[in-house]
Amino acid sequence: MNILAVDTSGEACSAALLIGTELRQRLAREPRRHGELVLTMMDGLLAEAGIGLTRLDALAFGRGPGSFTGVRIATSVVQGAAYGAELPVVPVSTLAALAQGYFRSNGSSRVLAAFDARMGELYWGSYLLGDGDLMRAAGAEEVASPEAVALPAGGSWSGVGGGWATYGEVLRGRLGSRLLAVTPDTLCESRDVAVLAAAELAQGHWVTAEQARPLYLRERVTSSG
Amino acid sequence: MRVLGIETSCDETGVGVFDGDRGLLAHAVYSQVEIHAEYGGVVPELASRDHVRKTLPLIRQVLREVGLPKESIDGVAFTAGPGLIGALLVGAAVGRALAWAWGVPAIGIHHMEGHLLAPMLETPAPTFPFVALLVSGGHTQLLEAAAIGRYRLLGESLDDAAGEAFDKTAKILGLPYPGGPALARLAEHGDPQRYRFPRPMTDRPGLDFSFSGLKTFTLNTLQRETARTHDPARTRADIARAFEEAVVDTLVIKCRRALRQCANRRLVVAGGVGANRRLRARLDAMAAQEDAEVFYPRPEFCTDNGAMIAYAGWQRLRAGQAEPLAFKPRSRWPMEELPPV
Ligand SMILES: Nc1ncnc2c1ncn2[C@@H]1O[C@H](COP(=O)(O)OP(=O)(O)O)[C@@H](O)[C@H]1O
Ligand SMILES: [Mg+2]
Repeated sequence: MNILAVDTSGEACSAALLIGTELRQRLAREPRRHGELVLTMMDGLLAEAGIGLTRLDALAFGRGPGSFTGVRIATSVVQGAAYGAELPVVPVSTLAALAQGYFRSNGSSRVLAAFDARMGELYWGSYLLGDGDLMRAAGAEEVASPEAVALPAGGSWSGVGGGWATYGEVLRGRLGSRLLAVTPDTLCESRDVAVLAAAELAQGHWVTAEQARPLYLRERVTSSG
Repeated sequence: MRVLGIETSCDETGVGVFDGDRGLLAHAVYSQVEIHAEYGGVVPELASRDHVRKTLPLIRQVLREVGLPKESIDGVAFTAGPGLIGALLVGAAVGRALAWAWGVPAIGIHHMEGHLLAPMLETPAPTFPFVALLVSGGHTQLLEAAAIGRYRLLGESLDDAAGEAFDKTAKILGLPYPGGPALARLAEHGDPQRYRFPRPMTDRPGLDFSFSGLKTFTLNTLQRETARTHDPARTRADIARAFEEAVVDTLVIKCRRALRQCANRRLVVAGGVGANRRLRARLDAMAAQEDAEVFYPRPEFCTDNGAMIAYAGWQRLRAGQAEPLAFKPRSRWPMEELPPV
């Protein structure tokens, strides 16, 4: 399966090309430059592999949660490219990709993924390792305060993502001895978006370019409503 | 050459296709006005969110209307500024990526250049050089245009743009958002003789504007007159008329000055306020006295649209200009920084 994936939801901008089982990625930790970098990364990966867009089975993107503007850059780039090349699109949760990346690097199979959502809140999700070495959601993603996010029922867990840097203390207090390790400085990467997308696509889960949308989680963006 | 244009700088999603041989082939605009109405102004985050929903469906709709295969598009133009940065990013990302996927060149367009060139979609079209009055919600500028990309700023508003002044004054008069057109409608029933508002900065040389004082003047007049009127509806209409007269008169005085200063006989008017009927009538009368011609876009191309971006994009792309894969819209962007073709 051939998939080109992008993620611009956070501090890093990255693109990854999956060809069969071979995965290459370009990543730059340059906030505010995602628009300048993302298409060059995508184009460079295809050129390096010597293939065109038409040889892909799908485009994938980190659909959020994350920075509103960042998530929209990935969504819009993928919308334009998928519409132009008539490709299916696989939206992937950035929290799931973060958890997948933590499994990739640390082997953790029970992960609490958290981004800082500002305004005293977290983007939050719990993930368990499932078949095919893929992280699966163990509950609904949410945006909530560290006091209110849903903790999984039992077992020991590892925490990952920037949300743990900001709200680690409250979360540690709530989890107590069920918390094994915390790694706040891991970022969502497009190679993990690609891996999760391949599994989704294999099951026939995809959308059209026009149906590709960000998932913000936070719907209330004005003070009055 | 056939160019697809995308506009997402504020609260309108616009798409158009311009063909060098056949002219404008199709265009469509989706306005977010209802989304922002309850807030009394544009909420940038809501604007960006809506552009993500609307841009691609609008592109598909316009290409269907054009009735030609997607492969027949030779280039993509998108608004790259000035405007709301989050909103601009959506159109720039979709447009740049689409051009990449199609394997055609792309170009980022200055929103006000789009407005400035919009009258060229009409017949007869103005020819260079001309003097341009750009009057929108965000800008009030007088420019001398020698050629595409060769613009010299003659004067601009030091505070509120003319459209902004219309909108804020409309709010003071209790009119629904967006206020400009509503104020113009109310003014039609007003008595032009009853009140006289100042014509800011017309008593000194120069081509700059200042409109923010007029809304204070409106507020003061409204408070004073409401206290002693028996017919508040009539009073509001008369105040609206006095305000409109003052803005229109000021714009006409400066346009006349600019034409004389540049020894030019062509005036191009663009931007949302250019849809104002009284402004058009008064500019036409002034031009007749000056032996000059005035060029306007059709009213639907006065406000934001994709047709003007497609046209400006065509002008630049056919001259061989194009952008790299990097897209970097700018919320601020002086027009004088534009490259000539
Ligand atoms: N008939 C009219 N009379 C006066 N102002 C008008 C009229 N129609 C539109 N406008 C004003 O034009 C502006 C919108 O024009 P537009 O070119 O879209 O501006 P921008 O792109 O800067 O938001 C608004 O301020 C609106 O009130
Ligand atoms: Mg405009």
